[in-house]
Amino acid sequence: MKIVVLLKQTPDTETKIKIDASGSAIEHADTKYIINPYDEFAIEEALQTKEKAGGTPEVVIMSFGDDKARELIIKGLAMGGDRGVLISNAGLESADSLTVAKVLAAAIKTEGASLVLCGRQAIDDDNMHVGTMTAELLGWPHVNVVTKLTLTGEKAHVEREVEGGKVEVYDVNLPAVIGAHKSLNTPRYASLPGIMKAKKKPFDAKTPGDFGINAADIKSKIKVVVKSYEYPPAKPAGRLFQGEELEVMADKVVQLLRQEAKVL
Amino acid sequence: MKVLIFVEQRDGKIKSSAFEALTVGARLAGSPGDAAAVLVGADTASLTGQLAGYGVDKVYTISGPDFALYNAMGWAAGVEAAIKDFAPQVLVGVASPMGRDFFPRLAARMDAALLTDVIAVDWKDGALHGTKPMYAGKCRAHLVSQNCNLHMVTIRPNVMPAQKTGSGSASATTLQVASPSAQSKTVEIRKGKSEKADLTEASLIISGGRAMANAENFKILHECADVIGATVGASRAAVDSGYATHDMQVGQTGKTVNPNLYIACGISGSIQHMAGMRTSKVIVAVNTDKDAPIFTIANYGIVGDLFQVVPLLTKKLKELVGH
Repeated sequence: MKIVVLLKQTPDTETKIKIDASGSAIEHADTKYIINPYDEFAIEEALQTKEKAGGTPEVVIMSFGDDKARELIIKGLAMGGDRGVLISNAGLESADSLTVAKVLAAAIKTEGASLVLCGRQAIDDDNMHVGTMTAELLGWPHVNVVTKLTLTGEKAHVEREVEGGKVEVYDVNLPAVIGAHKSLNTPRYASLPGIMKAKKKPFDAKTPGDFGINAADIKSKIKVVVKSYEYPPAKPAGRLFQGEELEVMADKVVQLLRQEAKVL
Repeated sequence: MKVLIFVEQRDGKIKSSAFEALTVGARLAGSPGDAAAVLVGADTASLTGQLAGYGVDKVYTISGPDFALYNAMGWAAGVEAAIKDFAPQVLVGVASPMGRDFFPRLAARMDAALLTDVIAVDWKDGALHGTKPMYAGKCRAHLVSQNCNLHMVTIRPNVMPAQKTGSGSASATTLQVASPSAQSKTVEIRKGKSEKADLTEASLIISGGRAMANAENFKILHECADVIGATVGASRAAVDSGYATHDMQVGQTGKTVNPNLYIACGISGSIQHMAGMRTSKVIVAVNTDKDAPIFTIANYGIVGDLFQVVPLLTKKLKELVGH
């Protein structure tokens, strides 16, 4: 059994987002990158699945990105992954979700994985596209926003959280793509020996061409482009009530909600 | 231009946000003859009447026992059948848990462009132009579709209001679709505990933070929420401390909400919390710390102890709504 975990590098949540002078790109020179937080739950689930299966499945940590993704993949190896695969996005930096999914699907097919784990969505564009699109291109089922995963033989019993606290329960055939939600598990920290060992673990640097993908061809088919960025409009300054009797302030705010804001 | 609108229903009830999608779709199509809706579910034929007057002449219904429980593969197959019959250039849906689950699958299948969770959308020069918040709302991207025959979009709920135009006959057309793939079977859908609107669709929300101090204290938020029909939410700090359940979490790693009114109680306003609620139309904050970041985005702030202020708000709201 082989498990592939898909990683995306995302800017640290505390990073200030600066739009460049052209208005059509984000300045990333000072950005600190982290593993997309949801992807950590995917790594942990892969490691727990491996442990439950007696340690035989190989856990492959895969990312489509630039060289900055390398250290994040190594972080995944330090947590316990067995092998890293970095597929270079050189020339495809502006790839949309479907283009990324085409590359990943081809790579996963070559790997011959029986389970793909990823985060429910990346916290930069918040699209929630790539895992599901990859599943469709492979002809596999997917379940996203997963809070519970139980594997038995060639099947997976999966719980997915939807609105209103409702839970959808699925039985899916493997291979499948599973998108991890935060309550799936508690990601482990990399141990010191784990960090030492990670640097010596197998690491494959690949290009889309290695998986039969013609980069120029898929680039010419990109379907969604960012034309420009803008900052959200500034909110008008609010009114802060303090130092008065609490009941007076509560009354003022409730009256304003009806008469000025007109939301009640 | 021909536009197909996916109208989401669960348990035989059409989602209120589906009417927002219909309104957007009807506007993009320009005339009811160019707009169609598609419903998938156990028995959808009885629902088509509710779509009359929303600018669509045609409603595709895909029904049967195989479609009793939502499944991405089944729903993708159903909507795909409607696409094949109607041949739209644009498919509109809602960025709900369901829409966000199967639209990417359908986009990959149809080799289509997909803009997700937009707060504004238009059709210009043969392309969809959508505005989408990114990086936790720190900026917005203007996205444009290209290189495809089908352009798909999901809209963020509660942003573009539903509007009945009075036109559109919403006549039903039944499509027979083979039972969904055996690769994935939805076994059951367990009911949530709450009868209230989900946070992502609620128009009124009252949330508690770490200052709530324990789960029991959320009672005062529920009492306030009951007066105005609000849904109760929580910050990540409150969820991580075990005061609130995980499905109540608002923020970057929780839910993104867009209510008309968001009342933040004892929430200091971390970047990750504000990412999930800053687009609320009106924000009220109650906090003992006058320098709390939440006040920088609040329309109205009260500096005070939530345990005193919230019951007073409840009392004043009761007087206002008259019960």
